[in-house]
Amino acid sequence: MSNFYLNRRALLGLALTSALPVGSVWAAGQPLPVVASFSILQDLTRQVGGDRVSVSALVGPDGDAHVFEPTPQQARQLQQAKVLVANGLDFEGWLPRLKKAAGFQGQEIVAAQGIAVRSLPKGQGHDHGHDHGADKAGHDHDHDHGHGHNHGPNDPHAWQDVKNAIIYVRNIAKGLAQADPANAARYDQQATQYIARLTALDTSLRQRFAALPADRRSVVSTHDAFGYFAQAYGLRFVPVRGLSTESEPSARDLAALVKQVREERIGAIFVENISDPRLLEQLARETGAAIGGRLYSDALSPAGGPASTYVDMVEANAATLLKALQAR
Amino acid sequence: MIAELLWQPFVDYGFMRRAFAGCLALSAGAAPLGTILLLRRMSLVGDAMSHAILPGAALGYLLFGLSLPAMTIGGLAAGLIVAMLSGVVTRYTALREDASFAGFYLISLALGVLLISLRGSNVDLLHVLFGSVLALDDPTLYLTATIASLSMLGLALVYRPLLMECLDPGFLRLQGPMGSISHALFMLLLVLNLVGGFHSLGTLMAVALVVLPAASARFWLRGVGLQMALSTAIAMAGSLLGLLLSYHAGIAASAAITLSLGCLYLLSLCLGRLGSVRAQRQRPANDSVSEPMGVSE
Repeated sequence: MSNFYLNRRALLGLALTSALPVGSVWAAGQPLPVVASFSILQDLTRQVGGDRVSVSALVGPDGDAHVFEPTPQQARQLQQAKVLVANGLDFEGWLPRLKKAAGFQGQEIVAAQGIAVRSLPKGQGHDHGHDHGADKAGHDHDHDHGHGHNHGPNDPHAWQDVKNAIIYVRNIAKGLAQADPANAARYDQQATQYIARLTALDTSLRQRFAALPADRRSVVSTHDAFGYFAQAYGLRFVPVRGLSTESEPSARDLAALVKQVREERIGAIFVENISDPRLLEQLARETGAAIGGRLYSDALSPAGGPASTYVDMVEANAATLLKALQAR
Repeated sequence: MIAELLWQPFVDYGFMRRAFAGCLALSAGAAPLGTILLLRRMSLVGDAMSHAILPGAALGYLLFGLSLPAMTIGGLAAGLIVAMLSGVVTRYTALREDASFAGFYLISLALGVLLISLRGSNVDLLHVLFGSVLALDDPTLYLTATIASLSMLGLALVYRPLLMECLDPGFLRLQGPMGSISHALFMLLLVLNLVGGFHSLGTLMAVALVVLPAASARFWLRGVGLQMALSTAIAMAGSLLGLLLSYHAGIAASAAITLSLGCLYLLSLCLGRLGSVRAQRQRPANDSVSEPMGVSE
């Protein structure tokens, strides 16, 4: 289904593009046109490229890279780009088809190249955070949209470990330098500066999380995107059992969650598909666990939000987690 | 084993105990009103009133968030305004009570949906429409219990005149203003109970606790007082069943409660002692012009 749509849309995109003068729109002196697959890579590329690049993201802030459907405009954007920055690790399952359909000719940077890949716990391979137990409540359409997202046993969310983000930045700097050798020194210098910032952030995160007592390190969460984060900073993210739908949870769902939190000595609960504050209070009262706020996993917040850059995102997540885990 | 299935959820989980406590209070308040409502052939008015509450509750929600007092006062005000307006229209124009209620409740319901769609999302609408019986906190429980107490006291106060008006409206009208006062008080109690119910069951299903148990009780007992007692018991049993259903089968709680009440109603409809399907079939054919039920005392 999604395959069909992608091809049809991409074809439409091609039809639109071919009507335009094809060829290098980029002239020396102008910013290098770069397309990043999602908002976090967009920010990293901006930090490295500065004003020498103009980066757009296919999946923008607050967007979900798992259910992405490209538009003709985006196919055109990609066709005109000199550089494509992708995460790799099969995170963007829709990207190869889009590249082919758009006729992308430029250079592709695989940001996650060279990181220590973590494999997903069994059974978490392809249902992604929001759809635990999607088999239950008529979630067929989710399967349809998420078609391009069959990432295998590898966990693609490597950017959640700041050490990995440093590798991302190195890869991006190297790729930009190849595509635009005239500014290579500049990219290198900006990358070095940014890496210094990231290193400081990493150190500070390690210190702050190390101070947590051993019994306040477990978190129940609807996200499965924090594997690298948990590994790096010594936390434990337990996926939520139950809570299959986004509407009113049943007594059974709630009981399963309460039981889990009690049994596994969970310090904080991050469940975004419960939106009723009274229900969250009930959970907190019943379990003694703290209720956390919003964690940013696969996308930045729009400009002006609490997580509009990568560094802000990591800081915001860390602050949210620490606040919930320190509460007693 | 069976005892465990029935009791363990309530032993283990505070939210189940709270939900049940809330339902007990709601049943005690709402179910007896249902008996009167049925006697007066006004069960659909109950439905109308529960929808009429929506704009007030929505306004409270939009202005103050999920605030208990704001939504309660808003819902109460909206319900009373609709009740009053339709009362006035019935008394002073040619329109009958059911039609004037329908007119005002539809306006009110549309206003409510409009208000919610102005700012809130679908999720917000769901909270108001379906309530959250699993998330009853202390203030909500106190409110529900207070409403139940008030409503039982109030009903005791107007019981006689209400019954009299049901049986012989003309008589009371001759006796002075007592009839309209008792009617007004009854409507107030109804709105109070619906407002109390919508925090836990939502505006759509709060009325289920009023109508379904009372309708079920009619198939078993004749006296009005007896029917009230039985409908309260049925409401409590239905709530318990519904909560257990939601716990064991994993379905949404307010829907489970309403469906349990519905099942009890269908059972009574088929098997009840008085005027049910079974009772009608067992009767000799010449007697099949059924006598009016449930008005003797």
